[in-house]
Amino acid sequence: MASHAESAGHHTAFPWFTDHGRRPGLRGFLTSTNHKRIGMLYMAAVLSFFTIAVILGVLMRIQMLSPDSTFLTGQAYNAMFTVHGIIMIFLVVIPGIPTIFGNFFLPILIGGEDMSFPRLNLFSWYLYMTGAFVVLASLALGTGPVDTGWTFYVPYSLKSTVNVPLAVFGVFLLGMSSILTGINIVTTTHQMRAPGMSFFRMPLSVWGLYSTAWVQVLATPVIGITLVLIMLERLFGIGVFDASKGGDPILYQHLFWIYSHPAVYIMILPAMGIISDLFPVFSRKNIFGYKTIAFSSLAIASVGSLVWGHHMYVSGQSDTASIVFSFLTFLVAVPSAIKVFNWVATMYKGSVKVDPPFLYALGFIALFAIGGLTGLVLGALSTDVHTHDTYFVVGHFHYIIFGGMGFGLFAALHYWFPKMFGKTYDFKFATVSFIVLFVGFNLFYMTMLILGWAGMPRRYYSYLPKYTDLQVIATVGSWIMVGGLGMMFGNLVHAFFRGKKAEANPWGGATLEWQISSPPSFENFEKVPVITHGPYVFAKEAKAGEKGK
Amino acid sequence: MELEARDQKVFSRVGMWLFLLSEILIFGGLFLVYAMYRAKHPADFHAASMELSRFDGTLNTTILLTSSLTAVLAIFSLQELNKPRRTALYLAATIGFGFAFLVVKAFEWGAKFQHGLYPRAAELGTRPHGEILYFGLYFTMTGLHALHVIIGMVVLSVMLAWVLGKKVTQQRSAVLENAGLYWHLVDIIWIFLFPLFYLIS
Repeated sequence: MASHAESAGHHTAFPWFTDHGRRPGLRGFLTSTNHKRIGMLYMAAVLSFFTIAVILGVLMRIQMLSPDSTFLTGQAYNAMFTVHGIIMIFLVVIPGIPTIFGNFFLPILIGGEDMSFPRLNLFSWYLYMTGAFVVLASLALGTGPVDTGWTFYVPYSLKSTVNVPLAVFGVFLLGMSSILTGINIVTTTHQMRAPGMSFFRMPLSVWGLYSTAWVQVLATPVIGITLVLIMLERLFGIGVFDASKGGDPILYQHLFWIYSHPAVYIMILPAMGIISDLFPVFSRKNIFGYKTIAFSSLAIASVGSLVWGHHMYVSGQSDTASIVFSFLTFLVAVPSAIKVFNWVATMYKGSVKVDPPFLYALGFIALFAIGGLTGLVLGALSTDVHTHDTYFVVGHFHYIIFGGMGFGLFAALHYWFPKMFGKTYDFKFATVSFIVLFVGFNLFYMTMLILGWAGMPRRYYSYLPKYTDLQVIATVGSWIMVGGLGMMFGNLVHAFFRGKKAEANPWGGATLEWQISSPPSFENFEKVPVITHGPYVFAKEAKAGEKGK
Repeated sequence: MELEARDQKVFSRVGMWLFLLSEILIFGGLFLVYAMYRAKHPADFHAASMELSRFDGTLNTTILLTSSLTAVLAIFSLQELNKPRRTALYLAATIGFGFAFLVVKAFEWGAKFQHGLYPRAAELGTRPHGEILYFGLYFTMTGLHALHVIIGMVVLSVMLAWVLGKKVTQQRSAVLENAGLYWHLVDIIWIFLFPLFYLIS
C-alpha cells in the first residue's frame, strides 16, 4: 500500500483520497466504498446540480424584468420552474447534508470506521445518479420537459402532453436511494458508536442526521407509491386519481404531502444539527439544553409528519381537517423555536468569535426565523386564503429551505472544509462573500414576500405593470445573491488548490473529528477512541490558545 | 478495527428490518387508498369482489403459506442441522411454490381480461365508479405484490446458488436469513390482500 501512495505523488495531501484503494485515480474513487470518498462523490454531484438549478432560477428572474418580456415563452417558463424545483428539491436539498456531510462525518463523529453498510452506501450513490440521469433525460426525450410544477399535481399531470412518466420514475429512483441512505444512517448511529459514546454524548449534528434518517425511511415510501400510481394512471388509466372514474384528485394531494411535508424536515433537521454543533464551538461554551435540542429534533420529526394538510387549506378539504392541521402546524413551530432560543442562549456570556462558519450559522438563525414567522402566516387559516399560491409562499419557503438548509450547508462547508481537505481558505474574502450573499438574498426574497402580499401569484411568466418596480428589485437582488454564491464557491475552490495547510483543529472544537489529522486518514482513527464526556466539553488549553491568537 | 462477524450479523438484521418497514409503508400507501374508496363505495366493492374466484385466492394463499414454511425449513436446515443440500432442496421448493403462485395469478388475471374487467376496458367503463376503482386497485396491488414475488424468487435463486457454491454456510448465513425475511414479507402482504379483495361481504 505504501508504494501505491508514493506512486500517487501529488495526491498525498489527501490520504483518504489515495490510500488503500484497489484501483488508482477516478476509477478507484467510483468503486470505493469508503464513506469519505462516497461523501465526495455526492458533493461533486449535488453541487453540480445546484449550479444547474441556480442558472435556471436566474433565467426565470430575467424573464420577470418586465411585464411584457419575451425572453422566455410561457411554456419554457413553466418547464423552468418545474425543473428548477425538481432539481433543487430532489437532487440537492433532500439528499444534500445527509449524503455529503452525513457520509463524510457521521462515522467520524461517533468514533467509527465507516458506515454500517459500505457497499449499500456506494449503491445508493449509483441509484441517485441513475435517478438524476433519468430526470435530466426526461427533459430532452419525448415531448419536452415537465411543466407540472415539482408537485406533479393531478389532474394536470395526467393530462399534460409532456414526458411526465419518465420524470416521475426518476424521482422514484431518487426516493429509493434516499431510503437506503436513511437505513444506513440509522443503523450506523446505533451500531458503529465507539466505546463510551452513549446516545447523549453524541454531537447534536448526529442527532439531526439520526432523526432525519427515520423520516427518510418512514415517509419516502409513501411518495414512492404515489408516484407509481401517477405512472400507472397515465399508462393504464387505473382511475384512482381520475374523477371521471370515481377517483379523487384531492387524495393525490394528501398522499403527496404525507411525504413532502416531512421532507421539509428531512431538509432542515440536519442543518439544525450542524448549527447546534457550531454554537458551542464559536461561543467556547457548552450547548444550552443539550437534551432539549436532541428531543426537539425527534419532536419535529414526529409532529412534522402530521401537518401535511396545511398545504391544502384551499383545495377543498373539510373545515375540521383544516382546523386540526392548522393547530398541529402551530404546534410544530414550538420545537423549532426551542432550538432557536437554545442557540441564542448558548452565546450568552460565551466568548463569541465570529469566524466565517459562525457567520453562516448566525445568518441561518436570522433567515430561518423570518421563514418560520412567515410560515405562521401561511399556517393560519384566514391569512393563508389571502397569500396561498402567491410569491409570499415562494418567498417563505426560500427563506426556510435556502436560508435554512442552504445556509446550514454553507456553514458546514466552511466549518469542515479545513478538515475535509486539509486546506484553509481566506477568512476576509469568505466574510465579504457572506455579506454579499446575505444582502442579495434578502433583497430578493423579502421583495418576493412583499410582492406576494400585494397579490402577485406564483408560477406566472408575466404580471400586471403595477408590480414592475418590485419585480426589478427582486431580479437585481437575485443577481447580487448569485454573485455572493460565486464569490463564496470561488474562495473555496481557490483554497482547495492554493490554500495554506490547515491545522488539525482550527476552531478549537471538542468533537471527535477535530482530534484527528486534517484531512483524516483512511481509517479515521489510529486506535478506537474511548469517550468519557459529552461533545462540547472544551479543554482549558483550547481556551488559552484562543486568547493567544 | 475489523468488524466482528457477530456485529455484521446484527447490522444486517437491523438494516433488513428497516428495509422491510419501508416496504410495508409502500403497501401502506395503497391500503390507505383502498380504505378511502371502500368506505366511499362499500356496495360496489362487494359486487366487484364477487367477480373474483375465491377458490383461486384460497389456493394461492395455501401455496404462499406453504412456501413460507419451506423457507423456514431451508434456513433451519443450514443453521441448526448444517445440511446444505437439504437447504438447497427446500429453497428450490420455495421458488417452485412462488412460480405456482404466479401461474395461478396469471390464470386469474387472464380471466378478468376476458371478461373485460381491466382499466380502460369498455365493459368496465359501464360499471359504477366503485367497481372501476376496485379493479384499478386490484390490478395495482396484486401486480405490485406479484412483482415482489418475482424479486423474492430471484433473491432465493441467488441464495440457492450461493448455498451450493459454499458462499453461504452455517457460519455465514445472515444473508440467507434476510432473504427468508423478505419472503415472509411477501407472504404477509398477501395475507392482507387476500381478505381485502376476495372475502369482502
